[in-house]
Amino acid sequence: MPKPYTPKVVTANHLLAGDVIYQTRDGWSRQLADAEVLTDEAHADLRLIEAAQQTGEVVGAYLADVDTSRGAPAPAHFREAFRAKGPSNYAHGKQTELN
Amino acid sequence: MYTYTDFDAAFVAERNRQFRAQVERRIDGSLTEDEFKPLRLMNGLYLQLHAYMLRVAIPYGTLSSRQMDQLAYLAEKWDKGYGHFTTRQNIQYNWPELRDVPDMLDALGEVQMHAIQTSGNTIRNVTADHFAGAAADEVADPRPVAELVRQWSTDHPEFQSMPRKFKVAVTGAENDRAVIRAHDIGLRIVERDGVIGYEVLVGGGLGRTPMIGKVIHDFLPEEDLLPYLESVVSVWNQIGRRDNKYKARIKITVHEVGLDEIRRLVEERFALVKPLFTGVDQDHFASIKAQFEAPDFVQKSVGPFNQAYNDDPVFRAWADTNLTAHRAEGYSIVSISLKAHGATPGDATAEQMRVMADLARQYGHDELRISHEQNVILPHVHRADLPAIHAKLKEHGLATANINLISDIIACPGMDYCALATARSIPIAQEIATRFDDLKLEHDIGELKIKISGCINACGHHHVGHIGILGLDRAGVENYQITLGGDHTQTAAIGERAGPGFSAEAIVPAIERLVEAYLEHRTEKSETFLQTYRRTGMAPFKAALYPESKAVAAE
Ligand code: HEM
Ligand code: SF4
Repeated sequence: MPKPYTPKVVTANHLLAGDVIYQTRDGWSRQLADAEVLTDEAHADLRLIEAAQQTGEVVGAYLADVDTSRGAPAPAHFREAFRAKGPSNYAHGKQTELN
Repeated sequence: MYTYTDFDAAFVAERNRQFRAQVERRIDGSLTEDEFKPLRLMNGLYLQLHAYMLRVAIPYGTLSSRQMDQLAYLAEKWDKGYGHFTTRQNIQYNWPELRDVPDMLDALGEVQMHAIQTSGNTIRNVTADHFAGAAADEVADPRPVAELVRQWSTDHPEFQSMPRKFKVAVTGAENDRAVIRAHDIGLRIVERDGVIGYEVLVGGGLGRTPMIGKVIHDFLPEEDLLPYLESVVSVWNQIGRRDNKYKARIKITVHEVGLDEIRRLVEERFALVKPLFTGVDQDHFASIKAQFEAPDFVQKSVGPFNQAYNDDPVFRAWADTNLTAHRAEGYSIVSISLKAHGATPGDATAEQMRVMADLARQYGHDELRISHEQNVILPHVHRADLPAIHAKLKEHGLATANINLISDIIACPGMDYCALATARSIPIAQEIATRFDDLKLEHDIGELKIKISGCINACGHHHVGHIGILGLDRAGVENYQITLGGDHTQTAAIGERAGPGFSAEAIVPAIERLVEAYLEHRTEKSETFLQTYRRTGMAPFKAALYPESKAVAAE
């Protein structure tokens, strides 16, 4: 039996602003909840290649595990949780900018 | 203070012009990220977790008021109103946007500053004691030596492609405040029978394989400095390991080949190199020294100081912890703590930077320093002016009386900012400081250095903390490993691992138990944590950390 594939999203930093972005079906979003959840390995690899080709907009695209047990994708690892939220010492970054 | 030569100014302006063009070409798509990344890193621009980060060099940690004002201007205009001073004597801006960075670099150029990281496998920016030129215990100002080494090594043809980077630090005092034993080469200016020379240490470093530097020469004549350094670097350049990045630093070469053999090879090489130095470097050294002349110290009564010291307990507490003896009569060195309890170690707001710049302008001969312990120093202050300075600092949250105490913590940015991090460091520092402030214990505890890194790269110097904390990722959870007995001074030592790590929730209580064990075991109040540890060894501290032996057995 092949190992079940952990759902993933494609994430990167925005070239100009440097902040964290997530690939959606038709572009990019600053919110993880909007991201396209990838459950098939071959498709995920393809989406990553497509993302990495957009060098004029994004930097350092990679696949990050997500937790979909409550519907919308949520970070599976604490590093991704910080990327999705911002630093813990100041209310800077996404935790204030997205509201 | 050292001022740019025309050559330096033209070099920086040209670099900025080139970088502006490179940013434009990256934005219009003619450069890929793979092409652009090395270019931006050369100019101090990193991409972190949430944003770009610009790292600005502060050579020897020395700044004028005008430069500090400009750092405030950058913080306000292009960042979120603050900057982060680091252990490497530089300042980092955590939120610039790519398009703005060339303007930031130009603004820095206006005050003779830059973000050029002299990166790559070259001889890096030379660091020096932050009390240079001021400390009472100083034999000579180390900054001219640092500047001489910098100029000699910059663009030196033999050393552009070495096995790895190479870092040099210089101190002019017996008390080592420049962590020279954790550098590839450490230099200490010494005096013997009225003659100046250098004690040369080699092979120190932190990171993945921490090592304490060893004395390769105990009294190198002043005029032999550059040929000797050239010989050390050249020997390592030939035999240093290029096969493995983690084994390439000179510390590994010294460890594998042995100090005596390295010394023999260096002396052999020195015999060939020395005749090539004709003494021009010594003439030049004299002109560099002239650039670091001491200010004109004034003489006046210290009456206002004595009065405030007697009348105001808050001032007294601050004076007792934050002042260091100055070599000029009536003067003190002021350490301004950037470690208010609960604040981010090393951060200063634009307003705070301006306040410190104004104080330096008004009372401090226009000079400021950044220490590797992430504090700001006013190196030359007359004691008569201290009450006024203290009052101003207090108004702006800068009068925390905790230098060298448990809340004067070094912490790297960790996972709150750094893309390489395996765990956070800042919140741990904040919690420890807040906790011990609540307990009102820190003055009773006395000198205690806690240093925290968010990964094995050791930017937070955890190996040389009396208590070192290393944040790791253990199966997707933050985990903090404690080391004890580290020391960054002239009695340098690498801390010993205490045992299994602690979760983010358990780490602060663990530190508290360590401190309780210290208070219980110290023979008297004047015995510091480190002295107690050296006397008793690990056992009582280990028992305090792991009260149930079961926890130890389960490792
Ligand atoms: C946040 C962005 C940062 C990144 C990406 C970063 C990265 C690194 C890396 C990769 C190393 C290891 C280099 C090597 O051994 O070859 C290193 C070393 C070091 N970093 Fe950082 N660092 C960052 C921030 C800082 C800060 C904020 C400080 C000061 C608080 C700092 C101080 C140091 C020091 C002192 C070393 C040398 C440790 C040694 O002796 O080996 N770094 N850094
Ligand atoms: S020690 Fe690690 S986490 Fe901390 S700043 Fe350095 S590279 Fe980043």
